[in-house]
Amino acid sequence: MINGATGRQRGVLALFVLLAVLPLAARFGAESFLLSVATRVILFAIAALSLDLILGFGALVSFGHAAFLGIGAYAVGILSSHGVTDVLVQAGVALIVAAAFALATGAISLRTKGVYYIMISLAFGQMLYFLAVSLSAYGGDDGITLAGRSTVAGLPLLKNAYTFYYVALGALAGSYLFMHALVGARFGRVLIGTRENAERMRAIGFEPFRYQLTAYVISGMICALAGVLLANQAEFVSPAYMTWQRSGELLIMVILGGVGTLYGPILGAAAYLLLEDGLSHVTEHWKMMFGPMLILIVLFGRGGIAGLIGRIAGQRHEAGHG
Amino acid sequence: MAEPLLSIRHLCKSYGALAVTDDLNLDIPPGELHAVIGPNGAGKTSLIQQLAGNAMPDAGTIIFDGREITRLPIAARVRHGLARSFQITSILAGFTVLENVALAVQARSGSSYRFFGKVADEEALNQPALEILDSVGLGNRAATRASLLSHGEKRQLEIALALATAPKLLLLDEPLAGVGREESDVLIGLLQKLRSQVTILLVEHDMDAVFALADRISVLVYGRVIATGDARHIRDNAEVRAAYLGDEKELI
Repeated sequence: MINGATGRQRGVLALFVLLAVLPLAARFGAESFLLSVATRVILFAIAALSLDLILGFGALVSFGHAAFLGIGAYAVGILSSHGVTDVLVQAGVALIVAAAFALATGAISLRTKGVYYIMISLAFGQMLYFLAVSLSAYGGDDGITLAGRSTVAGLPLLKNAYTFYYVALGALAGSYLFMHALVGARFGRVLIGTRENAERMRAIGFEPFRYQLTAYVISGMICALAGVLLANQAEFVSPAYMTWQRSGELLIMVILGGVGTLYGPILGAAAYLLLEDGLSHVTEHWKMMFGPMLILIVLFGRGGIAGLIGRIAGQRHEAGHG
Repeated sequence: MAEPLLSIRHLCKSYGALAVTDDLNLDIPPGELHAVIGPNGAGKTSLIQQLAGNAMPDAGTIIFDGREITRLPIAARVRHGLARSFQITSILAGFTVLENVALAVQARSGSSYRFFGKVADEEALNQPALEILDSVGLGNRAATRASLLSHGEKRQLEIALALATAPKLLLLDEPLAGVGREESDVLIGLLQKLRSQVTILLVEHDMDAVFALADRISVLVYGRVIATGDARHIRDNAEVRAAYLGDEKELI
């Protein structure tokens, strides 16, 4: 495990370096298209990463995580329709509302287990979705078109596709580093211990609920941050951000990439969005091809893409010694 | 007699019409190794569940170390010094042996709301954990994944986990369950060593072990204590013999 960790760290570093130099490559190709796809991948990677904290390390299958994307997006949409266009304020409000929503819903849903937890998280997600639909002052079903991207401390930084890309990448790197520290720290060990055996955790004196709730709040806040940036990229906010299908997509990204690895969900988000994009160019019925591919990956690529990479690296490692 | 460490008064618990604990009274003075025996279905595990806080009694009181704990949640009881082991092994199977015990040490040493700093490198957790592992004879297995331990070693780890919470009273629910002869000797040796350090309430089916270890024994039948006394007293008790009629040979 310790040997694998250094290899993994190198891999993750390579991944971030690749993302950092990507815009240079964009200069030679279809610049704006590539950059916007890459930005979208990064923003969904943040959302998937946040889900992995509770799914991978807490074994909580949240089927309503897109609600937090919606909270982030609507914080931007509603505030800017009232003339508050600075992202620092918008993100601050989004984080507070996301934390409050996570606290309130988690306090109820985390008392249930297994399939009941899945259903309750879905129900809370749907509640927020229908609330957004009913907000006729903010476009209801049609949503809100933003007048423009948010400013950063008064500066129009997000207007430029390159700076926007690096802001997104910075948010991803920050989220990743924070979660990486978190799962390796005391808090993470309690969270993982609870996933392993909650009864045993109680018997040695922990109250697992408190730690799971904290993880859920952190996860929701980071996901809301992704929502803030997604709304800015699209310059459009609508209830579509928080459909249950979107929650399902986030789950697929995590599972596809590798649950409980943190870097897997980044790869999963990239694979999902690129496959979606690529296949939809081939045929209108791309989901018919996408479905079987997902099944194959889940069946044969145990541990998702991250698991696959781990096995290939492991084999090479063994071959080198043999 | 010294002030009892654990005092159970008129404890009652029923599941529907079935009374698993029926007006049960029991005192355990500090330093004692007290065994609870009884036929299957006598309510031994139910008693442990109520003492540990996994199940709430319908009536009665449990006084532990001068404090009423009858309705306290599990974690609060553990903080007050009441630790348990499980009849069916309950460990963190995916963790190493050391990580298991270090986490139990962490539960009582400082906040677990620390988001930074590698917990694996914390000497303040690993050092006490290693000492506990040495004391239960698992020192050389520290780096092993808990799921790879033998059954007997898992039982040792159960005890190490309970010890790591720094208990005043150890509730051991059939620590020898399913263990072979050789491993059972190791565990009995371990309990012999522990008895001088901590008060123990031992539920056990292995009568040889019970008679070898216990200072006093209580016999539980249909949720009631029908006799309490030292090994000889229990062996000679007519009521106990009657309750154990089918198993009479075991007792002699």
